[in-house]
Amino acid sequence: MFKNKDISRYTALIAFAVLFIALSFMSSSFLTTDNLLQVLRQISINGLIAGGMTFVILTGGIDLSVGSILGFSSMATVILINSNLPIPIAIIIGLIIGGLAGVFNGFFIAKMKLQPFIVTLASMTILRGLTLVISGNKPVSVASDSELFTKLGQGYILGIPTPVIILIIVYIIFWIVLEKTKFGKKVYGIGGNEEVARLSGIKTDRAKIIIYGLIGVACALSGIILASRLGSAQPLLGKGFELDAIAAVVIGGTSLVGGKGKISGTFIGVLIIGVLGNGLNLMQVQSDYQDIVKGAVILLAVLMDRFKQD
Amino acid sequence: MKVEFKGINKSFNGVQVLNDISFTIDGKIHALMGENGAGKSTLMKILTGVYQSDEGQVIVDGIEKKYTHPKEAEKDGIIFIHQELNILPFISVTDNIFLNKEITKGIFVKQKEMDQQARSLLNELGLDIDVTKEAGQYSVGQQQIIEIAKALKEHAKLIIMDEPTAALSEKETVKLFEIINNLKKQGIGIIYISHRIEEVFMLCDKISVLRDGSFIETLMSEQTTRNDVIRLMVGREIVDIYPKKLPYQDDIVLQVNNISKINKYQDVSFELHKGEILGFAGLMGAGRTEVMHGVFGSDPYDEGSIIVNGKKIKNRIEDSIKNKIAFITEDRKNEGIITEFNIKDNIIMTNYDSIAKKGRISNKMQNQVTTEYIELLKIKCSGLQHLLKKMSGGNQQKVVIGKWLNINPSILIMDEPTRGVDVGAKQEIYSIMKELCEEEGISIILVSSEMPEVLGMSDRVAVMHEGRLVDILNREEASQENVMKLATGGNNNV
Repeated sequence: MFKNKDISRYTALIAFAVLFIALSFMSSSFLTTDNLLQVLRQISINGLIAGGMTFVILTGGIDLSVGSILGFSSMATVILINSNLPIPIAIIIGLIIGGLAGVFNGFFIAKMKLQPFIVTLASMTILRGLTLVISGNKPVSVASDSELFTKLGQGYILGIPTPVIILIIVYIIFWIVLEKTKFGKKVYGIGGNEEVARLSGIKTDRAKIIIYGLIGVACALSGIILASRLGSAQPLLGKGFELDAIAAVVIGGTSLVGGKGKISGTFIGVLIIGVLGNGLNLMQVQSDYQDIVKGAVILLAVLMDRFKQD
Repeated sequence: MKVEFKGINKSFNGVQVLNDISFTIDGKIHALMGENGAGKSTLMKILTGVYQSDEGQVIVDGIEKKYTHPKEAEKDGIIFIHQELNILPFISVTDNIFLNKEITKGIFVKQKEMDQQARSLLNELGLDIDVTKEAGQYSVGQQQIIEIAKALKEHAKLIIMDEPTAALSEKETVKLFEIINNLKKQGIGIIYISHRIEEVFMLCDKISVLRDGSFIETLMSEQTTRNDVIRLMVGREIVDIYPKKLPYQDDIVLQVNNISKINKYQDVSFELHKGEILGFAGLMGAGRTEVMHGVFGSDPYDEGSIIVNGKKIKNRIEDSIKNKIAFITEDRKNEGIITEFNIKDNIIMTNYDSIAKKGRISNKMQNQVTTEYIELLKIKCSGLQHLLKKMSGGNQQKVVIGKWLNINPSILIMDEPTRGVDVGAKQEIYSIMKELCEEEGISIILVSSEMPEVLGMSDRVAVMHEGRLVDILNREEASQENVMKLATGGNNNV
């Protein structure tokens, strides 16, 4: 049994290694420091969302509204900055807005007992609408020339892009929470069987609201980083991001039924999607074809998971 | 129909689960008995083609059969009615009976004709219901009859029933037995798997006993006794399976005052003493489980109050647990354990503080806590990583007990604690209960539909009927007759 578990933990890692080596041979510009840092910077956005998504999926839920939360909180933050609010305060309010959007989802899911799919589908639409309303359906440029804000998305710390540093810190926190705290154990318990968890005295509703709030904050954070990188907030920013995030979690071996999975798996899932996209770009594959490949990889990952279980 | 098993061997992952099984089943009502894990289900799954044997032959009416799919067995008239019924709740009774075997004309189904046939099949079984309604609206007993009708439609010659009365009321059980006896008269054979020895003696002509994957003996039920059968099942003599416990103390640990919940129970009051086992008897649907969910706070009551050790407590799960109330529910699979998780992760669910230092989970502490309960409760497992889905019912139940002992309870509510548990493990659970009362001073509420269990274990017996607590009887007054009279709505002047 132990052996089996080891193998299953490594399938995603092996897949990543194979992909990495193959791309190194197929494109001469792949294995360069510049390119690899570029990849890491790109994946940090999806990475943050997928990290939050791991919690959600571990409880047996799903969050389709991540792209819209990202878009709305990044727009809100830029508007706040442009209204001359100090940058740190604007960022904190932006994060709170993301968290509240998540809590809104969590409330309807946990307290009103609605399906996560439906609730987050609804809030995805509502928030996108709200983003269009507050932006007047136009991109809003960041008016401030504060270095603090630009550095968030464009800067480097010790030669490593800031978003990558943020990503790594967030993943370490997520890992500790999931593996080393009571809260993490409860997340797994809820996903394993919510009724058993509830009858064991776990406050399942509260835990779920916290988790949806948490992913909301993660989305807001990535939205703010994106706004910093682009120097503006786009009304349609984040559209379709939910798919890459869910894909990364699934490729990383987390079960959509809940209760089974690891944050380290998600990290590898994020790497696979990022490296794949980058490699295809380097080989100048058109984006339509890239989608086909990405879809096939997701299918393959789930299929491998299926065989692992037997 | 005559079925012969000859030298059947079967192993899973190198573990021998059936060992050279040879015996014959010929028509009539034939009971298959054995503890959980004795190999009954595996053998039946081999007979019906769910599994294939490694060695040996299955001979049906003189012809060797190697079914590779239940459909092939069905074609020969061998039908398995599983414990968890295969009724689809949201489609009509007719559509359940004709599922995937619809009567059609071209591409259209002939609904009227199917309804008519379904009705007449059910009428033959003495069930008069609206077949166009969703099957889920009917009781488990009625659904069972629907399954039997489905079997008859397939021209069943041999029907295998796995614990068919597990979820039936007394009335429904009587009705089911009538039907089974009628089937026998029509020449249909029945293989009856059950843990309820009384039923087996009431119903069956022959009893075959399996133990640890081996065939032990086939007995004529008229020429044997219950004790003989139990002895063969466990391989040892059971003198008295209910241990005598010391009397309880005078202190009142739990006082339930006039709790009510609309449409479920009304005005229920009782007291629980230190070290007492208070039994709850009653028929299915009398509201006992609902009252326990009320007391525990998992489905709060509308009115009334609960006092624990002299203190009124809030009606919420968290507060119950804080006040040391533990609740082992009747539905182990859906409410008690996470089958996909291992022992460790199941046991700690009620009390994460017991394995955490300053909010951080300690693996070492988790292992310690788990090991402690494995030893205390003699849980059979290959280690701390043993998955619950790979355990017998008895061992799973011990994990649930361990999980609740981990809050150091002073009050333990046990709802059907021995359901789906084999005789040996049952006894162990009884002696655990006794020890908890005597040595730890824990008080137990025992809800059970097995009359001998309630009477054998309890200091006092509360009897419920249609949502009301009719009376609480002392051990001396609590005879089978008295309890049954109260449970069926007879007067309470015993």
